[in-house]
Amino acid sequence: MIVLTKFGLKKAGKETTLFQDIEREECSMDKIITLKEISYQYHETDERQALNNVSLSIEEGEWIAIIGHNGSGKSTLAKTINGLIAPSQGEVTVGGLVLSEENIWDIREMVGMVFQNPDNQFVGSTVQDDVAFGLENQGIPRDDMIERVKSAITRVKMEDFMEKEPARLSGGQKQRVAIAGVVALRPQIIILDEATSMLDPQGRQEVLATVKEIKEKANLTVISITHDIDEAANANRILVMKNGELVQEGSPEEIFSYGDQLIEMGLDLPFAEKLKSDLRDRGIDVPAEYLTEEGMVDWLWTLLSKK
Amino acid sequence: MMDKLIFGRYIPGTSWIHKLDPRAKLLGTIIFIGIIFLANNWQTYLLLLVFALGAIHLSNIKLSFFINGVKPLIWLILFTVVLQVLFTGGSTIYFDWGPIIVSQEGLINGVFIFCRFVLIIFMSTLLTLTTMPLSLTDAIEYLLRPLKVIKVPVYEIALMLSIALRFVPTLMDETEKIMNAQRARGVDFGEGNIFQQMKAIVPILIPLFVSSFNRAEELATAMEARGYKGGEGRTKYRKLDWVSRDTVAMLVYALLTVGLVVFRN
Repeated sequence: MIVLTKFGLKKAGKETTLFQDIEREECSMDKIITLKEISYQYHETDERQALNNVSLSIEEGEWIAIIGHNGSGKSTLAKTINGLIAPSQGEVTVGGLVLSEENIWDIREMVGMVFQNPDNQFVGSTVQDDVAFGLENQGIPRDDMIERVKSAITRVKMEDFMEKEPARLSGGQKQRVAIAGVVALRPQIIILDEATSMLDPQGRQEVLATVKEIKEKANLTVISITHDIDEAANANRILVMKNGELVQEGSPEEIFSYGDQLIEMGLDLPFAEKLKSDLRDRGIDVPAEYLTEEGMVDWLWTLLSKK
Repeated sequence: MMDKLIFGRYIPGTSWIHKLDPRAKLLGTIIFIGIIFLANNWQTYLLLLVFALGAIHLSNIKLSFFINGVKPLIWLILFTVVLQVLFTGGSTIYFDWGPIIVSQEGLINGVFIFCRFVLIIFMSTLLTLTTMPLSLTDAIEYLLRPLKVIKVPVYEIALMLSIALRFVPTLMDETEKIMNAQRARGVDFGEGNIFQQMKAIVPILIPLFVSSFNRAEELATAMEARGYKGGEGRTKYRKLDWVSRDTVAMLVYALLTVGLVVFRN
């Protein structure tokens, strides 16, 4: 805006076009991740490609959910973003950098990843050592590290478990430690690669609430790969993958309005949708568009009070 | 079965032994294993036993833990002791049958070897029970540092060790799970002759191997995603502090060595 006023003073006539230019530029700045026609196959002999010509862009501060069946390429897609997998075709841009051999470590600093199995990503012998692992890798000075480890552990509410070993923690607690490990690195992007799939409903909710809170505070971009309906409902945008291709894209409301087709996409039905289809089976006329639980309650009481 | 194997498990505590620098503890254990061979009569063994029990007492850990640590190895120990007893010649012979001789010296030797084994297991168990695996690997890394000169990848060795130790309880739990799963499908463990028993191990070993490969793969991916690119340029979260307490421990070891030299034959 300061730039704009400067220019505006000089060339008042071109104000509008300038404004448009700047706005467009800001938009492209906001796009923190851009994938251009990414393809990948695990083995050269594979008939099917794990990723087939995928293009997408993600804006800063967005919460993206990627859904799809097992083997639809969701995890592969996530791994291309921080260079764990080098796509055979296409271009990955993260935070303005085009992913290449030279800047791969810079990009990994920007992207934090939490994986599915809480046991297999726990490197340290205790909670605090594990959280510190990433900081050690970046060569952060020790005093700084102690402070960051502590604040990250406090953020995920694990401060009573600093000295505990992984064998003494529950799955949900281990997953929160994994999140703390990522948070301590202060990335701009967090990728949850089915991070809640091995947890019980309570652990799942705790982990999601933690991520949500951290996201709000630090304006993070979150990409969550999931089969969990609640996790997907949290998102600003849902991407649907099928056979390595991006087949659908839309807000949760749009995606959830597909109703029964959701199961084919690898998601469960939201509770309101289940209720709707049960009501439909009993001959009650229900609205076609997606309703949240609150919306459903509203619709139900309006329906009944009309009668 | 798995609960008895307590090697590699760590019991958190705040005792004097717990607070010792891991380097002091590791060095001490190595020294202890070295000087145990100086002992050759009952006075010296008594001295070592008193020392070991004293150290155990200081650690505030129940003696039963240490005895449990000996249990899985008891057959190996007894086997060695029996061989020693049966094949040591001497002046006072109680029993003589071809090459098999039971002599007074043999019996005494057997008892000494038994004590030696038990003491070594006690002290190494004490080390692992009171030292966090990571501190232990820190200590190993520190003590191996001189070897960097001859291009030994000290940091990588330390990392492998720390990961190996961290996964011991995880893999134990998994073994237990696989065993129960195979039991549920009708595999009998510990029954039949030696070949049948060995065959019954296969359905545990193969899944365990395969899952270890998968674990390794996932762990490596997770480490890389968190920016691990080798030992170069890393800082350390854990710092080792050598304080007066550790010097005292080393002095006690020196005294013990002197004592052993004085009392031995």
